[in-house]
Amino acid sequence: MEITVTIKKQTLVVSLRGELDHHTAKEVKNMIEEVIKNKNVKNLVLDFSKLSFMDSSGIGVLIGRYKLIQSIGGRMAIACATRPVSKILAMSGINRLIEMYDSVDTATTKLQEEIS
Amino acid sequence: MNNSMKMEFLSLSQNEKFARTAVASFVAQLNPTLDEIEDIKASVSEAVTNAIVHGYADSVGIVYITCDLKDSEAIITVRDTGCGIEDISLARTPLYTGVQNSERSGLGFTVMETFTDEIDVTSAPGEGTTITLIKRISAQAPKSE
Repeated sequence: MEITVTIKKQTLVVSLRGELDHHTAKEVKNMIEEVIKNKNVKNLVLDFSKLSFMDSSGIGVLIGRYKLIQSIGGRMAIACATRPVSKILAMSGINRLIEMYDSVDTATTKLQEEIS
Repeated sequence: MNNSMKMEFLSLSQNEKFARTAVASFVAQLNPTLDEIEDIKASVSEAVTNAIVHGYADSVGIVYITCDLKDSEAIITVRDTGCGIEDISLARTPLYTGVQNSERSGLGFTVMETFTDEIDVTSAPGEGTTITLIKRISAQAPKSE
């Protein structure tokens, strides 16, 4: 799993390249929590444009991070989910909880509008 | 087309990707659609994760997989010899997880049920678990040479 982190104002953008399963879930979770703990961020955008696979372990990661972001009064969004990942998101119903966008820029802008 | 394969590996999480990729590659002989391949990968990943996380929990055991191709059906079994499931019906309940203080979504069986045509779970406490997944592959035009 390749994880790229960028911060735009108060929004953390995490880009994942690879496959999100039980094996890689902990790495993703730890990386996000480390940044949120040490940087002044409130929102989270997950860029899934290079995420080729996800199973229910990934849903667990999303639910956990959603609760964390909620607890600090922020918002969370997913951008550019690929087809196999979209299927899992739709099946789980989490796409009704977390906002979905077709570009990282749109997601970032929308979340920042909501806290400004 | 009839064919079969079997494999076994240690219940280490780094083997999850290997397992789903290997099974999907084998089923590719039936000329499935991309959607069908993705369904098989997700379902096998869930079954293998179940063996690793629940079956063997804190220990390391062996995960056994078989895959039989019969006409247009892929029949996949994922077996462990771990702790087994006390209440299969409860384990298959959406959002239920037997692992406390974790971030398990409790959707593993829901994924398997959604993305395969048939699923059977055989288990008993102390006797391990066997999950059988059946995926019917839609008829497609033969690949051009």
